[in-house]
Amino acid sequence: MASRALYSPRHPMLKKRDSFEDILEERRHSSDLRYALRCYTPTLYKGLVPCKASMLKSIVLQSDHLQYVIKQVSSESGDSTECVAEEASLILDEMAHRLQLSTVRFFVFTLSKAFKRLFRSVCVNEEGIQRLQQAVQEHPVVLLPSHRSYMDFLMMSYLLYMYDLPLPVIAAGMDFMSMKFVGEMLRMSGAFFIRRSFGGDKLYWAVFSEYVKTMLRNGYAPIEFFLEGTRSRTCKSLTPKTGLLNIVMEPFFKGELFDVNLVPVSISYERILEESLYARELLGIPKPKESTSGLLKARRVLSEDYGSMYVYFGHPVSVRSLTEGKITRSQYNLLPRCIPQKPSADTHEFLNDTAFRLVRIQEGNMVLKPWVLIATLLLQNPDGMDLSSLAEQTDWLRHLALAFGAFLDWPDHAACSEVISCSLALHRHLLSVSAGHVQLSVTDAPQVETTPEEAVFHQAVVVLSCASYRNQILHVFLRPALLAVAMQSANSNRKDDVYNCFNFLRNMFSSEFILCPGDSVQDFEEACYLLMKRGVLQVLEHEIVMSASGHSTLAFLSSVLDPFLQGYQVVSRYLCEETNENLTEKEFIPAVRNFALKLILAGRLKCYEALSSDLQKNALAAFLRLKAVMKVKVGDQVTLKVNKIAVNSLEDTLGKSDVISHQNSWWSSMAMFEIAI
Amino acid sequence: MASNSSSSTAQQRLRIIAGHLQKRPEDEHPSVAAQECKAETSRSNPSSATPVPKRRQEIMKWNGWGYSDSRFLFNKKGQAEFTGKRYRLSGLILPSLKDWFEGTFGANLQHKSPATPTVNLSAVAPPDLNEPFVEDLKAAGVAMSHDPEDRVFRAHGHCLHEIFALREGRIGRVPDMVVWPSCHKDVEKIVELACKHNVCLIPYGGGTSVSSALECPREETRSIVSLDTSQMNRILWIDEKNLTAHVEAGIIGQDLERQLNECGYCTGHEPDSMEFSSLGGWVATRASGMKKNIYGNIEELVVHIKMVTPRGVIEKSCLGPRMSTGPDIHHFILGSEGTLGVVTEVTLKIRPIPEYQKYGSVVFPNFQQGVACLREVARQRCAPASIRLMDNEQFQFGHALKPQVSSIFTSFLDGLKKFYITKFKGFDPHHLCVATLLFEGDRGKVLQHEKQVYDIAAKFGGLAAGEDNGQRGYMLTFVIAYLRDLGMDYYVIGESFETSVPWDRVLDLCRNVKERIVRECKERGVQFPPLSTCRVTQTYDAGACVYFYFAFNYRGLSDPVHVYEQVEHAAREEILANGGSLSHHHGVGKLRKEWMKESVSSVGLGMLKSVKEYVDPQNVFGNRNLL
Repeated sequence: MASRALYSPRHPMLKKRDSFEDILEERRHSSDLRYALRCYTPTLYKGLVPCKASMLKSIVLQSDHLQYVIKQVSSESGDSTECVAEEASLILDEMAHRLQLSTVRFFVFTLSKAFKRLFRSVCVNEEGIQRLQQAVQEHPVVLLPSHRSYMDFLMMSYLLYMYDLPLPVIAAGMDFMSMKFVGEMLRMSGAFFIRRSFGGDKLYWAVFSEYVKTMLRNGYAPIEFFLEGTRSRTCKSLTPKTGLLNIVMEPFFKGELFDVNLVPVSISYERILEESLYARELLGIPKPKESTSGLLKARRVLSEDYGSMYVYFGHPVSVRSLTEGKITRSQYNLLPRCIPQKPSADTHEFLNDTAFRLVRIQEGNMVLKPWVLIATLLLQNPDGMDLSSLAEQTDWLRHLALAFGAFLDWPDHAACSEVISCSLALHRHLLSVSAGHVQLSVTDAPQVETTPEEAVFHQAVVVLSCASYRNQILHVFLRPALLAVAMQSANSNRKDDVYNCFNFLRNMFSSEFILCPGDSVQDFEEACYLLMKRGVLQVLEHEIVMSASGHSTLAFLSSVLDPFLQGYQVVSRYLCEETNENLTEKEFIPAVRNFALKLILAGRLKCYEALSSDLQKNALAAFLRLKAVMKVKVGDQVTLKVNKIAVNSLEDTLGKSDVISHQNSWWSSMAMFEIAI
Repeated sequence: MASNSSSSTAQQRLRIIAGHLQKRPEDEHPSVAAQECKAETSRSNPSSATPVPKRRQEIMKWNGWGYSDSRFLFNKKGQAEFTGKRYRLSGLILPSLKDWFEGTFGANLQHKSPATPTVNLSAVAPPDLNEPFVEDLKAAGVAMSHDPEDRVFRAHGHCLHEIFALREGRIGRVPDMVVWPSCHKDVEKIVELACKHNVCLIPYGGGTSVSSALECPREETRSIVSLDTSQMNRILWIDEKNLTAHVEAGIIGQDLERQLNECGYCTGHEPDSMEFSSLGGWVATRASGMKKNIYGNIEELVVHIKMVTPRGVIEKSCLGPRMSTGPDIHHFILGSEGTLGVVTEVTLKIRPIPEYQKYGSVVFPNFQQGVACLREVARQRCAPASIRLMDNEQFQFGHALKPQVSSIFTSFLDGLKKFYITKFKGFDPHHLCVATLLFEGDRGKVLQHEKQVYDIAAKFGGLAAGEDNGQRGYMLTFVIAYLRDLGMDYYVIGESFETSVPWDRVLDLCRNVKERIVRECKERGVQFPPLSTCRVTQTYDAGACVYFYFAFNYRGLSDPVHVYEQVEHAAREEILANGGSLSHHHGVGKLRKEWMKESVSSVGLGMLKSVKEYVDPQNVFGNRNLL
């Protein structure tokens, strides 16, 4: 059943989602302290092997797998096995969580206070909780939340405590450990820490994977990790990592567990706490040091209104049903199971595919607020909009989004204008509103004189902050938008030509957006289906024809991708025009940023998003993938070797879809069309 | 000197005469029997041990397991009893079986699903005889029949779907005639004629197949002849110097063992089906016996095999105990499942009957500990003749089969034992499991061996639980097959299947397969959770043999057999995915054919196919098993 959910063709209108309950409601009426100290009796896994955290360590160290690797490492390095075992033990100490209920209770108490100040409401789909309660009993569970904020895993543990579910152990990046006290607190609330990179370190990998697997096999606690690996600074989902996914699936592959339940969780914020921090980070503006000033800032954070937060627990996905017909488990029969085995090619493909699909489930269950629509429109109108036309277009966009299956939380009985003014109020720090005209702009303008460069960056912070909201809805428009752009650049109605362009764009943007590898036909068909249903296109056997009323929708959709098309062009122009032989990988981002900045200052580029390091990185990844740029290792530095001809031709192809000229025209064309009828 | 010599000659004569007088009517005496191939007279003697008559249906069920006189039933009081006189359980009341049965399956004694009482002979298709073949065979003097009952009896093994269909009175394709060769020469003649007239031969031994091996292939258009080996059942000679016996392959297990015992020997080969299964069948399926730890499995027991194939007779030229003469040709025969020819005579190793035999049992707090103990026993290579570990469900099932206790004292003792184990030792009755043991050998060594095994068991929390429990455990293996027929009277169907698996995967495989069964049943609309249980029945250096029992209440299902087959199929997939083998000793037949390629690689399958092609290009042995 679960696998069907994961693989069924999407029929967005039919997608049923659970309703939400506000969990803060009760918190506002009863004692937080009593709540934090209440009796906590979680539902347990039926096959639970009871075991304390200290025992866990010895089980891991004694495991056949680790013992095997210790011997292997010892014979390779010449160190004694005791020595290597000692090292393994140290790694484990550095890594292991020390989950304590008392610490969790402390967090519950303080977070109750904090959440009530920060959020108007924290909404949870209780049906999802009930499903999770069921799932937790049947098989070991892996929780896979989306990652937009540090809040995410605090909130997850908080919720699980609240609903009497077993507290998860959470894979966290080592960077937390730099904050000594916070790190230890998190450790005691269930976090375990992994180094960011340990590529060739066999021993580290063995300790780490055995630690996770042991907890999973014994049903010790739900394992929680972030498929995206890190917080997304742009609010777009990140390309998922498969390492940990493989680790949690292996006990099933090797028959050590009957099944494992994967539970995608979508956490969405009406306003993200780290919003401007992320924008600055993307622009390469250095973070203020973690210090007292940081703490003071944190206090300011606490005094602001962050609207609502939504946590949606998706349907548990059974690994067993996922693998049916895809993975031959008998491939693990011929090697003792304690010997680490790299995933085979088909396993790897399966992991990758599953990871993408899980992220798409996360995306699909993210709640979108009206502001997301408004932000989309404001970004397309850098000169601002009249409130009345904003209201009109927002309403239009709302219907389009709903038709494409967006999980939009639009207040039931409120006038559109009212909804808009509420949204604008919550995000007023990004806007200027005067005389019925709304514009994205720098509100807390610094007192001192600023250089033109600084002014650009200030504006860019606003644009990127705003873009992080628009990005939340991109997954809804992405496929139709790719089709819209493909139709423009194909310059032909032939389905094949359009598909080729679509496919090209899909390849180009596969690091930018969540596009399951190998799904290009399905994506194309989905896009056609959605636009056909909307009356924008007619898809004939060999041709795709735009309907008379379709132009405005297509124009809007193309504009959605415009910043990315422009950004990628900027990157390619930089690679062609500015690079010399010795461009190192490290220099790339600052150099492109300077290049873009110059273009903006010169008035040749209006797209501030080209300044985003995320976009620049993704563009480079695309060029590398398409072999227009090669990485060459020189000494201990990696330099980029640019094949200018290839980059140029990619830029040309992108240029064909350049929609600058169409920008802003979609709405007027629709208006004209409406007048015509 | 002369007188001396004459007196010695006289004595010699006397001895010979005495020898003739003492000679028993049975024809197992070496020198004579070999020549008495056609000795119909000796066979017609009712005192001779031939419990397998040509008309098997006279003593055995035509649509169920075993002897007609032995069956389970619920009497008017609702108590279970086992009829007949053949077994230790016969004639006894089993007071707790009803509750267990109803509780485990959600069955109800009010809801009966009785079998059709007699064969509906009109449902049997008329025989499609190959007349020239029949004529030639008559001329050769081979016994034959095309009586419908004889033919129906030989059209099936004991798979669930086969028995279920018979109980419902459904009869599919059956052999067109049955022939009973009485010796190797007869078989040669039959095979020669079959080739000449192009008929399909299906060898039939004990009929205990559980792999659809005896089913007549639907696509077979030729006349099908069932070759029943039951009349080739003599021990041709015993060689006490080399401890071997040369035996006709149609002999069934219990007769072979009994007759050898009379001479002070045994083979020690005791598969659970040994009451009915035949020597030839063991060879053809690579059978395994309960006491293989001492005596070995069939492949270790055979010294020489003679098989008649369409190409002629295959056999080795000597009785050497081991040879390096290329791939062992015995291994083309062992497990060939009747696709290459008919095994007619086998030379087997024999052993003197052991001086002492002792049963035993050990209770473990849980299955994991039990498996760990068996693993340790195997590691130390000190496994008793037999050691079997039942899981908790089977332990409870075993309890349900306890006969009524005769004295208050025994029931008091039972209560005390239970108290000691569950309360004093803290074993959870829903987790504990039991291992049954059988020791054999000379007394001193058995006792020593016993101590060694119990000491190991103690390390894994095992408590000795008495000889009775052990003995009952082994007795049950013979009656358990009868129980399925009882279940089928009340809407419960089930079957067992087996595999072999490396030690480190035993627990995972058991858990996953059991869970898969439960889950598949649920998904397919089975109303009540199934019985899904397993036991470890054999230990090896590198792994174990695991046996699963699986049964469910099929009320409310429109096609219970189909559901059953789907679940069994899924269970087999699960076994293979968890590192288990396609079969440990049941064989492949037609039931598990689809996995052969995956199991032995396509090159392996190709090798087997090319052997078949060479040996039997006409596909005379057309049961279509295995390949």
